[in-house]
Amino acid sequence: MRGTMNKQELQKKAAEIRKGILTGVYHAQSGHPGGSLSAADLYTYLYFEEMNINPSKPDDPDRDRFVLSKGHTAPGYYSALALRGFFPVEDLKTLRRLGSYLQGHPDRKHTPGVDMSSGSLGQGFSAAAGMALAAKMQGKEYRTYCLCGDGELQEGQIWEAAMFAAHRKLDNLCLIVDNNRLQIDGPVEEICSPYPIDEKFRAFQFHVMTINGNDFDEIKEAFDEAKRHKGQPSAIIASTVKGKGVSFMEHNVSWHGKAPNEEEYRAAMEELEKEAVGQC
Amino acid sequence: MLENKMAATRDSYGNALAELAEEHEDLVVLDADLAAATKTAVFKKKYPQRHIDCGIAEANMAGIAAGMAACGYVPFMSSFAMFAAGRAFEQVRNSIGYPQMNVKIGATHAGISVGEDGATHQCCEDLALMREIPGMVVINPCDDVEARAAVKAAYEHIGPVYLRFGRLALPIINDKESYRFELGKGILLKEGKDVSIIATGLCVSESLKAAEMLSEDGISAEVINIHTIKPLDEELVAATALKTGKVFTVEEHSVIGGLGSAVAETLSEKCPVKLIRIGMRDCFGESGSAKELIHKYKLDAEGIYKQIIAEI
Repeated sequence: MRGTMNKQELQKKAAEIRKGILTGVYHAQSGHPGGSLSAADLYTYLYFEEMNINPSKPDDPDRDRFVLSKGHTAPGYYSALALRGFFPVEDLKTLRRLGSYLQGHPDRKHTPGVDMSSGSLGQGFSAAAGMALAAKMQGKEYRTYCLCGDGELQEGQIWEAAMFAAHRKLDNLCLIVDNNRLQIDGPVEEICSPYPIDEKFRAFQFHVMTINGNDFDEIKEAFDEAKRHKGQPSAIIASTVKGKGVSFMEHNVSWHGKAPNEEEYRAAMEELEKEAVGQC
Repeated sequence: MLENKMAATRDSYGNALAELAEEHEDLVVLDADLAAATKTAVFKKKYPQRHIDCGIAEANMAGIAAGMAACGYVPFMSSFAMFAAGRAFEQVRNSIGYPQMNVKIGATHAGISVGEDGATHQCCEDLALMREIPGMVVINPCDDVEARAAVKAAYEHIGPVYLRFGRLALPIINDKESYRFELGKGILLKEGKDVSIIATGLCVSESLKAAEMLSEDGISAEVINIHTIKPLDEELVAATALKTGKVFTVEEHSVIGGLGSAVAETLSEKCPVKLIRIGMRDCFGESGSAKELIHKYKLDAEGIYKQIIAEI
């Protein structure tokens, strides 16, 4: 599966993942579409190009690991896992429902392909660093990826983990910051600015790359460079658009944690369908 | 009781880890800049590659432990009870407890017997905090023998375990050949018929002494050692309550949320009898020597004896 899709195919797959996000959140009438949509291209690249994973062997000890530190964007995570074959796409409609294995935030005990339970912000990156350290100690080749939010950088634990990862020279660890610029209460730089994000991670001795996180060429280049870089963990600061792919949700903080009504859902799906069949 | 043989359970922790690691390569130890104090330095010296000092960052340490457990290691994360259970509570709950990670939390310097460092470092709330987390096993051993056995049992148990250790040297009371540590099983140390004393940790040996003082007054006290606060040996607790009709719990912990609360919950459901909880009564500790503090807060034999007499 790795290295087999061209840019257009990736864009179509990303549109499918975005449709899965809308489907899940619409049926749940609850959940977080904004940050799921902003990171959809990152999910697409990770699950369809980058990571060494096998849906038929979700517990393979040599698989690459992924931790969704910004766990509230589980709809994007689940959509990618479903489309990659970890569980039926139809099950996305059970998101957040009583009895579903698709909990509001990722649950490693019950969801195939989920490596770490997460959702309480700031915690996932530490677990990812622990996984990367385990690989080093076991002499294994697998890599660990972690996706966190830009607002999440306000959590002190992120920087504890960053200090640890750099100190241990975990070059098998790649942090991706979904820099969509909006958090619940408003723009991140107005609430409590994490900027300059790149310089902060550089000061913490990370190999830092700043990219357009909604552009597959730039995403590919960054992940390739992260793999080549030795002696330091990598941080990809991915500039994205919150709500990306659904015009009325883009750049709009009100879609951080709100479900669309029927009319909005149909409009969004129509827009994404066009993208999926490549009419845009 | 071997009065002349004394050991702090934090030493037992370090020694037991070093021994267990010989046969278990998946055992790793994490610290937050307190290896010298948690006594894991013994392990570190023997297995430097398997000792990970996370620096003064307990929240991150909990996450690192969780991530390593997800990849097959059995991490023992070590710090003072105040920081392991207190500062990192939410990380322990969400990154270790909820995903049922096979992480063991070795919490030393619990209770007021920390001594001179004072209230900021004297954690009397950890049993309450850890007991609340679904699936968390909570162990509070009373001497060197029990503490070593507890570390082994914690390793063998699959799932999160909280182990509570102290700084003060304690007499060894479990030195008989017949001693067996069984997770979730209390130990009847002395039979009696008038009152039951259910104690844990440091207070167990003091309770045995208090029982001797009571017997001089003609009061026959049954003494039970509860090393596993959760799951609690409800059967033994209910049986002793039924037998004596009057129960005292004794712990170096707040009377809110720890052993006293656990026993109260069990008795009110299974065998309601008069229960008096001896422990820290909704207050912080203070600086002083461990012995002075244990005396002031009435957790030594004399204090326990007096509190029991006052209620009979």
